[in-house]
Amino acid sequence: MELLSPVPPGWGGSLLRGLLSSVEIAVGAFGLGLLIGICGAYGKLYGGPIAKDLWAVYTTIVRAVPELVLILLLYFAGTDLINRVLVMAGYEPINISGLVAGILVLGFVQGAYSTEVIRGAILAIPQGQIEAARAYGMSPILMLKRITLPAMLPFAIPGLANLWLIATKDTALLAVVGFNELTLTTRVAAGATKAYFTFFIAAGALYLLLTLVSNVFIRRIERWARRGMPSTAGA
Amino acid sequence: MSMAGTAANPSPLAQDGAAEALHIESLHKKFGDLHVLKGVSLSARDGDVIAIIGGSGSGKSTLLRCINCLENPTSGVIRVNGEQIRLKADSHGHTIPADRRQIERIRSRLGMVFQSFNLWSHLTLLENVIEVPVHVLGVKRDKAIAEAQTLLDRVGLAEKRDVYPAYLSGGQQQRGAIARALAIQPRVMLFDEPTSALDPELVGEVLKVIGDLAREGRTMVLVTHEMKFAREVATHVVYLYNGLVEEEGPPEEIFGAPKSERLKQFIRSIG
Ligand SMILES: Nc1ncnc2c1ncn2[C@@H]1O[C@H](COP(=O)(O)OP(=O)(O)OP(=O)(O)O)[C@@H](O)[C@H]1O
Ligand SMILES: [Mg+2]
Repeated sequence: MELLSPVPPGWGGSLLRGLLSSVEIAVGAFGLGLLIGICGAYGKLYGGPIAKDLWAVYTTIVRAVPELVLILLLYFAGTDLINRVLVMAGYEPINISGLVAGILVLGFVQGAYSTEVIRGAILAIPQGQIEAARAYGMSPILMLKRITLPAMLPFAIPGLANLWLIATKDTALLAVVGFNELTLTTRVAAGATKAYFTFFIAAGALYLLLTLVSNVFIRRIERWARRGMPSTAGA
Repeated sequence: MSMAGTAANPSPLAQDGAAEALHIESLHKKFGDLHVLKGVSLSARDGDVIAIIGGSGSGKSTLLRCINCLENPTSGVIRVNGEQIRLKADSHGHTIPADRRQIERIRSRLGMVFQSFNLWSHLTLLENVIEVPVHVLGVKRDKAIAEAQTLLDRVGLAEKRDVYPAYLSGGQQQRGAIARALAIQPRVMLFDEPTSALDPELVGEVLKVIGDLAREGRTMVLVTHEMKFAREVATHVVYLYNGLVEEEGPPEEIFGAPKSERLKQFIRSIG
């Protein structure tokens, strides 16, 4: 047990830092995915033919290719591409931090799924409510902010909650590109101490804890988002 | 087609001095090959209550929805409060509003009441009523709330202000929707069969509210199947048949002494 102690030589502190990194990436990736998802849903629903096609290509490819492959591809090819562009433009190549790269890569993947969740949720809004917003002179941006997003939320929450939980676990995939999130930290600790069982159980418990805490928040958010909807619990 | 037109020409004054609130001229609307409106003209001065009647599919809703460009007219002139809606052709040759700002401004002064209420479900009744004043018209929140209270009181929903629409009866939702329309201080109110989605026992409470508004001199265009009500409150009745105005006139004439054979038949069929 002293192996898990938060002060060295225990590895507990490292594990917690790993967890924190995982959460940071998950939050960033989920948020980025949400932004992409809103744009993607709008593009797919209301965009011109070219925008529609581009978004379709994006969501199809991202959802077709295994995430691990995408992460390796985007991480190595992506950083390489950015640096080539920088060099061509006469700048020094930069070292993209694992955190930023992780957020960008996972966010890009999440965006494809968010697009579909949000598109479906927007389609579930009773059409009359959108029409009323138009009839009262709301501009497209105002309508997005005041009507479309809040009205689609109750329909999107279950799907988005899933995406959030997937995001927390997908951070483990970043271990393959050497980012010190929870899984990689666990592997290092386990390798150094040979206490594989202890550390992987501990990591599993931390992931579970993250999910349980998330569920509490998800339930609250869902209750808030569904505030205008009668309960389905029947009397 | 005279679609380009000028903006904001001064409101022409009618003989009795009431200003023109709404003017529609040779309005055409096609859905693909379907020619739904075939040149409809209509005018409303301040205080007019125009009832539009006609059979199902005659184009009543389409006409009403063209007024605020919820449907883009194919051609024709629409003037609200003396200001002509500028239209242009898009890249596919469809007619669309030329100036988004203009159409948004005009819409924000046309209080529309829908058959299916269409209150925003994520907002309480009070929030529904202040939504457009605060976020579109830029009224201060406190002031908007005070006005909304008065309006909710007047449609008999003062104690329901913090309730979400899903928890209201159809009649209450429609009265709430009327309060939402009133809150923008509409130049013209547009009603599209406001009672036809209601249970019979709830129709009366909504008609009473609309009737009171008509009697206090609100300008309105009202699509309705309630002939008795139209006869009571309308100052002018328009009978639409197959995309054209078949007959129009004061309610006594339209209902009391219809000229066209089709109108006679329509009135008989409705009973
Ligand atoms: N968005 C649309 N696309 C295609 N056709 C449409 C559309 N909206 C209406 N129509 C057609 O236009 C015609 C007129 O419809 P409209 O809704 O204006 O009739 P209405 O007089 O309001 O009838 P009702 O009394 O049943 O409400 C109908 O034939 C309808 O099918
Ligand atoms: Mg209709």
